[in-house]
Amino acid sequence: MSPLRRIAVANADALRARHSDLFDGVLARRLTAIAVVVVLAALAALAVWRLDVSLARFGSGLVQIANIVGAMFPPTPGTHLVVFLHALAETLAIAFLGTLIAAAIAFPLGLLAAKNVIPNVFAHFAVRRLLDTVRGVDVLIWALIFINVVGLGPFAGILAIAASDTGSFGKLFSEAIENADRKPVEGVVAAGGSALHAVRYGLVPQVVPVIASQVLYYFESNTRSATIIGIVGAGGIGLHLAEQIRVLEWGQVAFLVLLILVTVAVIDWVSGRLRFAIIGRSTVGAG
Amino acid sequence: MASTLVRLPPEQAARALDHYREAVGARRARVVLGVVLLAGAIVLAGIGGEVDIEKFLANSHRLPAYVWNLTPPLALATLGSDLAEWFWNLDGWLLLLGDTLLIAYLGTLLGAVGAFVLCFAASANLEKRLWLRFAARRLLEFCRTVPELVFALLFVMAFGLGALPGVLALAIHTMGALGKLFAEVVENIDMKPVEGAVATGAGRLTSIRFAVLPQVLSNFASYALLRFEINVRSAAVMGFVGAGGIGTDLMVAIRKFYYTDVSAMLLLIIATVMIIDLATEQLRHRLIGLEQRP
Repeated sequence: MSPLRRIAVANADALRARHSDLFDGVLARRLTAIAVVVVLAALAALAVWRLDVSLARFGSGLVQIANIVGAMFPPTPGTHLVVFLHALAETLAIAFLGTLIAAAIAFPLGLLAAKNVIPNVFAHFAVRRLLDTVRGVDVLIWALIFINVVGLGPFAGILAIAASDTGSFGKLFSEAIENADRKPVEGVVAAGGSALHAVRYGLVPQVVPVIASQVLYYFESNTRSATIIGIVGAGGIGLHLAEQIRVLEWGQVAFLVLLILVTVAVIDWVSGRLRFAIIGRSTVGAG
Repeated sequence: MASTLVRLPPEQAARALDHYREAVGARRARVVLGVVLLAGAIVLAGIGGEVDIEKFLANSHRLPAYVWNLTPPLALATLGSDLAEWFWNLDGWLLLLGDTLLIAYLGTLLGAVGAFVLCFAASANLEKRLWLRFAARRLLEFCRTVPELVFALLFVMAFGLGALPGVLALAIHTMGALGKLFAEVVENIDMKPVEGAVATGAGRLTSIRFAVLPQVLSNFASYALLRFEINVRSAAVMGFVGAGGIGTDLMVAIRKFYYTDVSAMLLLIIATVMIIDLATEQLRHRLIGLEQRP
């Protein structure tokens, strides 16, 4: 016990009297905390009971996991190296094209959903609810739907990513457009520019850096999404990953996971640099 | 008011124009270069992604047809029975949705507990041992970079079909994502209370409990709620690989072209996600209010 603490403990009653505001609420706060924990635990117990989670299953599963992890070493591409690399290229192509198509579709929708461009309340309400609905459907569900429309393969994956990101981009773009400064637009109009000039020279230079940075960020996250949509048959490396897991080729599974991790890290790094370059340039331009 | 336009002397104007051309020309060249690179990348990606415009155009009428098929036959005269037929399995689907929510809840809870345990070891201000911090950070990074569906696939092989692999996959991914956010919160705390606690002789656990927790708890809860929102969406598709929830039924319905079942389930999922979003947003606003009061 440190000297300071010894003195404090000895004077506990005096301290309590002097700082009654700090000591008074302790019981109530403690009861609230206990109640929160009890509710959380009760919900967890309900989940464990409903979902049929048993310790025995968990234990035997852990043994299996240990076996699987053991079988993963050493990671090896087996005889499929070329196939895997091709699938990786396909994955990147899916992420890239999907993001780009989504951005192209979402830009006009973002203008429609922005209050300062279209003052009509009903128009932007309708567009926003449409975007919400599109965004509410997971990319994997879109993938399954597009497989029904265009068949198995990477094209379905591109369309799935394009569809699900159109919802997110529409919302983000409309917010970026609404946050744009009005003064350049007014300046262009005051100098005799038309509405089109105002959008091109007043609005676009402000929002393009923001939008480009958001598109790059989504390209990053879509690289991850594109690795899994193959699991349902929409092209890319996920197809091979699911296949190798089903045939219990753990060395190749480990290789594929490592391949995905490295790719994601590289894309993160490149796009991080690009985003920094874009944002940096725009602040320099503004200053 | 008479407008007075000052004309520059010719040689000065020419110089200004040259400067302008130079400045704009460099930027324009950069833009053109960017567009050419982008076009090249599009062509390459198009080849890699097996994009076939002709095939797409030939089949493009199918998408509206698909959406049309999704809408059930609803007539105003028989609206009640039409709706009942559309949502014929409402009880079963609601039960599955409930399971999906429970999977998301349990996954978030376990993940948050794991993140809570690891975040102090991963933050630079509380953990001075470099090797431990490095190890904790790499572990969290691994957990959040591997997609949760990959974990789910692996766990389905190890634990068998059912909700358990889904819960564990979500928990691991959540631990990685929340651990990073929690550690960032911890790194931004005011260190004075910690120093005060240490000065009175508090050990590591005591100082975390009394000096760190009061500063970070509301932020932790807010992040965990946000993650719960995300996990509800993820849990809805866990069934695609056999890891429980409504996803299995949804996949079967999509694969077998049970159009109205697909739209009914999608509507239920979207409605649930929206309700959860609204509820957690309310809760999070309250938490943020709690934090600002003292």
